[in-house]
Amino acid sequence: MKTIEQTTSEILNLAATYFHIPREQLSPEDDFFTKLGINSLQALELLTRLEQHFQIELPDYEFQGVSDFRTLAERVHSRL
Amino acid sequence: MVDPGQYPSLGAALREALERWAEQTCLIEADRDRENCRLTYRQFKETALPLARTLQQLGFAEGDRAAILMSNQSKWLLSAYAIFHCGGVLVPLDFKLSAQEQLQLLAHSRTKVLIVEYYLWRAMLSASGFKDRKMQAVLVTEAPANADLAGARRWEERPGEGEPTFVPRRRNDWACIVYSSGTGGRPKGCVLTHENYLEQCKSLMSLFPFSPEVKYLSILPTNHAIDFMVGFIGPFLCGAAVVHLRALRPEFIREAFTRYKITYMSVVPMVLKNLERGLRERFAALPAHRRFILKGLIGLNRLLTKRKPNVKLSRRLLHNIHQAFGGELRGLFVGGAFTEPATLQFFYDLGIPVANGYGLTEAGTAVTLNDLNPFRPDTVGKPLPGVEIRIVNPDAQGIGEVAVRSQTVMSHYLDDPELTAEAIVDGWLMTGDLGRMDSTGHVQLFGRKKNMIVTEGGKNIYPEDVETAFAGLPVKEFCIFAANYLWQQRDLTGEKLVLVIRLDAGQQMSDDLRQELVSRNRHLPDFKRISGYVVLDQDFPRTASLKVKRPMLAEEVRKRLDRAIAVVEL
Repeated sequence: MKTIEQTTSEILNLAATYFHIPREQLSPEDDFFTKLGINSLQALELLTRLEQHFQIELPDYEFQGVSDFRTLAERVHSRL
Repeated sequence: MVDPGQYPSLGAALREALERWAEQTCLIEADRDRENCRLTYRQFKETALPLARTLQQLGFAEGDRAAILMSNQSKWLLSAYAIFHCGGVLVPLDFKLSAQEQLQLLAHSRTKVLIVEYYLWRAMLSASGFKDRKMQAVLVTEAPANADLAGARRWEERPGEGEPTFVPRRRNDWACIVYSSGTGGRPKGCVLTHENYLEQCKSLMSLFPFSPEVKYLSILPTNHAIDFMVGFIGPFLCGAAVVHLRALRPEFIREAFTRYKITYMSVVPMVLKNLERGLRERFAALPAHRRFILKGLIGLNRLLTKRKPNVKLSRRLLHNIHQAFGGELRGLFVGGAFTEPATLQFFYDLGIPVANGYGLTEAGTAVTLNDLNPFRPDTVGKPLPGVEIRIVNPDAQGIGEVAVRSQTVMSHYLDDPELTAEAIVDGWLMTGDLGRMDSTGHVQLFGRKKNMIVTEGGKNIYPEDVETAFAGLPVKEFCIFAANYLWQQRDLTGEKLVLVIRLDAGQQMSDDLRQELVSRNRHLPDFKRISGYVVLDQDFPRTASLKVKRPMLAEEVRKRLDRAIAVVEL
């Protein structure tokens, strides 16, 4: 069983790779819209990558109003 | 098609469609690679009528208001039909608003019955204002078996038997109350009549006639005016099939095109640009020689379709691209916000014409639409049949405020005669948008006279509605404006909100205050956030009742501050 810290770290790694941002520039408190420079549709692309990585299904509505990596990680972690 | 001109109400026209196209596929709901449901028009009726019966058992009667609060899914349409069957007034609410905002609009509209998706109901239960709710009944869809619904009923439960009574309505009766804004301030509930919608449907379908062969992919929520008309009323009256997608990821949209052989889809500019970006990336990844050939074919297609689209020819020339879209796509509709001409041209050159338009909630769905004859990406098309457009007080370049007169213009703003009188003057809807009409009758838009922005996602944002998120900010006073309203620009791209701050005497802009702004901003949905702030060194002008005189304040900001220097990005 992963810890929430591991889940968070894996999400940050994935976001850094997918959106070509140096990993060290990302932290759990960051607003991913601002930090990654993405819109809500691109955020949905990130969700798909997370689904593939964690082998889970993430309904779009679970992420309505979520904009920071820490909350995102909590939502993902609760479904692992 | 069921002729909308021959029916007194949406309920009556839809009822006829359910009979006429009984064996045609009507509605498909897909979620990822699963298909949740597939209904013919007959099955649609058989599913919706028991819901209408439930509503009538709950005492829902002619003229009563029922709100729908759901994401993009089939139960939205089933519920809407049931409401119209009962002679009710539909209040379509935006599921992306916060629960507190939704409760405000439910109260303002005096909604009697709420039909809501479970996760949204769950959020509402803990929102402030929930205990003051006045709805008499709530129907919740897709609730887990053991969920506590706090007194609500399950949408799926259909007690009792018997045919519900069809309640006729007249053309001038209210069909919908649609909120264009006002969650933070003065609610703008546009009251639209059955005639408004039926006339809108008639004129849109005269330009783009649907038929039972059409498969329309619905990715916009149906509370959105475009999807309500082009993804519900229009296709139903024409016997077409609507495909709803619940997971709105680009890869699922791509799969839906090929799986269902989609013919039309409506999008907002943000989705269109995303599609363009994806296609450009794919083109760039091709080997050099294939890229060269593709470029040549696109150029040839552009040349051969210069006067008007020829989808059959384009499918032959650019076979692989069209196959990726399922091979049956005839075109896309885009609206809700300004679309860049280059994006429209990109798709047109691929043989995928995008009909862009211009509309306001106050005028139904659209007042202009590009009829692609010829394609004019620099404009928002010509006025739709039955729509008159006038440019008020044009300047030397012919640019002035766009005014609209049409049978599609709303009746009034709910409970606000003063606002209605400002918006509708001598029968003309004053749009607050700046435009020009050229010699061929095409309308071009240049900016706004009003203090608001429209995002690429098609969301209208009024600064007053965002100010509540900054209530109690430790400064003397503050106000939010559309940047292009403060520093007027003839541009409709990249519209932003700016916070104007007046600090207390001796107060400096500190890191703590800046952090507070960032934090408050973060609590807003991404499309409502301010992009930066300016500090003004004088008190805000106010009325005798101490309300900020916004136009005068905007004038002061414009006079004293240079946008390029004064705005600090957040």
